[in-house]
Amino acid sequence: MTKAQIVAHILPMPAQDRRILIAALALLAVLAVLPLMASALVVDKLTYLFILIMFAAMWNLLAGYAGLVSVGQQAFIGLGGYAMVRMVEAGLPPFPAIFLGALAAGVVAWIMSWFVLRMKAGEFAIATWVIAEAIRSMVSFDPLIQGETGTSITALNAYAPEMRRLTIYLLSLVTMTLMIWGAWALLHGRTGAQAQAIRDDEEAAESVGITTFAVKQRIYVLASIGCAVAGTLWLASAITFQPRTSFGVQWSVFMLFMVLVGGIGTFIGPILGALLFFALQEIFGDFGAWYMAGVGIVAILFALYLPNGIVGLWLNKGRAEPLSMRKLLSQDR
Amino acid sequence: MLEAIVQGVLLGGYYAVLAAGLSLMFGVVRFINLAHGDMAVLGAMIALWFVQGAGLHVAIAIALTLPLMGALGWLMQRMIFERALRGGFLIPILTTIGLGAALQNGMFGLFGSDTKSLGAYIGNLSWASWEIPGGIFIGQLPGYMFLTAILVLGAVHVLLTRTAFGRAVRATATDSEAAALCGVDARRVHRGAAAIAVALAGLAGIFLAMRAQVTPFAGPMLLIFAFEAVVIGGIGSLRGTLIGGIALGLAQSLGAMISPQFSLLAGHCVFLAVLAYRLMSGAAAGRGGWRATITALVFHKSMLRGKS
Amino acid sequence: MTAALELNQIVGRHGQLQAIKGMTLRIDKGEVAAIIGANGAGKTTLMRMIAGLHPCAEGSIALFGSDVTAMPAHGRLKAGIALSPEGRRLFGDMTVQENLMIAAENGRRGDWNLASVCDAFSQITPLLARPAGGLSGGQRQAVAIARALIANPDVLLLDEVSLGLSPVAVDGVYQSLETLRGAMTMIVVEQDLTRAMKFASRVICMAEGVLELDGAPKNLTRAQITDAYFGIHKTADTAAGGAAHA
Repeated sequence: MTKAQIVAHILPMPAQDRRILIAALALLAVLAVLPLMASALVVDKLTYLFILIMFAAMWNLLAGYAGLVSVGQQAFIGLGGYAMVRMVEAGLPPFPAIFLGALAAGVVAWIMSWFVLRMKAGEFAIATWVIAEAIRSMVSFDPLIQGETGTSITALNAYAPEMRRLTIYLLSLVTMTLMIWGAWALLHGRTGAQAQAIRDDEEAAESVGITTFAVKQRIYVLASIGCAVAGTLWLASAITFQPRTSFGVQWSVFMLFMVLVGGIGTFIGPILGALLFFALQEIFGDFGAWYMAGVGIVAILFALYLPNGIVGLWLNKGRAEPLSMRKLLSQDR
Repeated sequence: MLEAIVQGVLLGGYYAVLAAGLSLMFGVVRFINLAHGDMAVLGAMIALWFVQGAGLHVAIAIALTLPLMGALGWLMQRMIFERALRGGFLIPILTTIGLGAALQNGMFGLFGSDTKSLGAYIGNLSWASWEIPGGIFIGQLPGYMFLTAILVLGAVHVLLTRTAFGRAVRATATDSEAAALCGVDARRVHRGAAAIAVALAGLAGIFLAMRAQVTPFAGPMLLIFAFEAVVIGGIGSLRGTLIGGIALGLAQSLGAMISPQFSLLAGHCVFLAVLAYRLMSGAAAGRGGWRATITALVFHKSMLRGKS
Repeated sequence: MTAALELNQIVGRHGQLQAIKGMTLRIDKGEVAAIIGANGAGKTTLMRMIAGLHPCAEGSIALFGSDVTAMPAHGRLKAGIALSPEGRRLFGDMTVQENLMIAAENGRRGDWNLASVCDAFSQITPLLARPAGGLSGGQRQAVAIARALIANPDVLLLDEVSLGLSPVAVDGVYQSLETLRGAMTMIVVEQDLTRAMKFASRVICMAEGVLELDGAPKNLTRAQITDAYFGIHKTADTAAGGAAHA
């Protein structure tokens, strides 16, 4: 079959997926006008939820679709935050700095990619973590950061609290939507197909002419920028930058939990995982350490007994994956 | 300067013990236990509980803790890791990260966040020192710890090279199918290796509790040190691990001369440099050596894309 | 005759592909069987399934009447099946003596020990202290067979006996194997038809995962074997070949 013939055989989007997309668009419209009637607390919580969804979607892009299990994405959360602090200090208004800071983190990710992407699974995981630690130590040397004490983005206090809350909420909503749409477009395009081929069998992918390094690099850099944007948005709502918090490995644990529990390598799984994680945090968050210990145990149980997460449960019943990134071809020839 | 070197070498013994378990698991079971540092902290916490809670002598506490940790390693291999290893490369990473989070926060819940130390229970050992010619003082505790480290690593080396169990371990690490054809039960070997690895982690944790303080959240940092020592020294040999531990100890101790914050960063930098050298020389070999690589880097970056 | 090994409708898969498509085979105690067949016929998979390295998707395997289908490879060695695998698979950075000791320590006790295998394969004695990685092809094969023998098996499986060896080395290996005749049940995979016909008391030809031809060498014609070897189905001939043994 020629390429055109194959394309002609790709089935249109299943009805189930179309319904999900329409519901999602309706939900986004509701969320866009929600701040008009919701309390400040609800707006803050939702902002945090959007940020969690972004983290989950970006980590899934890395681990689920490109097979790059990073334990060091906090490097970009921290770096983006640090770049934002520095840019605001240099006189840039804080809101553009959210995005420019994240782009700066993306440049570092691009440089790092030449090095870390040459490593194998376990080595890659832990080396990315060590690099995050090394960057944290270096950032702590900056007198502006004052070591572990950290610093606050006081320029944000110039805005009225209501206005600031609303802006960050809307920015998070729009960024999240764009990010999910971007991931959708990326995965439906050439890069997505290549990445899935690499994840499933790297040697075979290489033998059919896929430049594995370039594909991995593209995804690594994009996912790192995405992670950094989520991080700077979080920083904008938290205001205080502390190296130990921003560069903390707990971010990786969160991302891993959300993606794993939702369903790694599925499009909708991480979003479900983020919702579940958010709900758990709301209900059990007051238990502090015991809650986090529970998160760890749930992660182990999912990894061992339900490695495909909630979406896996759905698939086990013989139903089609909602919003699958695999293209379905019609049977007739 | 000379004192910093001596201190760095002695510190290296502790790092080598910490790293040996990680290296053993990686070499034999082919898997990186990301909760290895947390196991070390757990060992320290158990020993501390024996001393503070049960009022036992430190030596007895250590004698009880190590077999307990070994048993725990055996159990974890049997209950968790064996199953995780069947799931490809992703599941072990996810499982051990979850295990780390559970251990850290569980220990925090049980023992609280106060930093704890065995230093108060070992008499004047924590501050006594020997003077060697040249006016250099060597702390007795670091000295004894270094000696213990050498003895323990030596004992593990003898176990691996001179006993039937050791032969089975090495055979499984080289070719587990061929080992099975020789009657070796890989699961038994893996459980044994995990027991040794976790007991070694426990010993390293006890060392840490003697020379400094432990907190429930110290594990990730210890894992990083262990991994750095393993990579610097080269995976799969105990001698390499000892050299890697000493190199890391030296880097940190010399780095601390510049500024206290620089200590850890110096260790990270040595690690990254060694890793970069390994990766680049591997990649360079594929492209006709260093000179060709540099030429390619400078003149035609596109040549670097693709095959590594 | 007692059956040493009984394979009953066994199926072996590599992913979607069936490498062994429901084979039934009975090997009697003391028999010396040679398995021949083209590349990809499933010979190595069959050996690996008997040794317990490759899972048996369907069917059963019995050793002296007791079912070993679910037994892992290390258990089958203790039950009495030893395989010298394709590619020899010696532990390269361990010495020859260590290679032999591993099998001796984890296998069965019996007449074969370090001293007796060194007697049977005299070329091994001077090599004991050498790392197995640095041996020549013939030496590696001798050590691999000795490593299987030292576990005192009832059934000895030898994959690709002469592959990659010089004719002189092959002669040496078969001379040593000759001394085991009668004492041990042997199944060898042999690419060299002439060798197989000379050494074995029974020749089993496989093609594409099924048994094509089975009989004593003296009852088989060259043409029959060639046809079976290339999987050319001549129903009557194949039936005659099968009957030759029955």
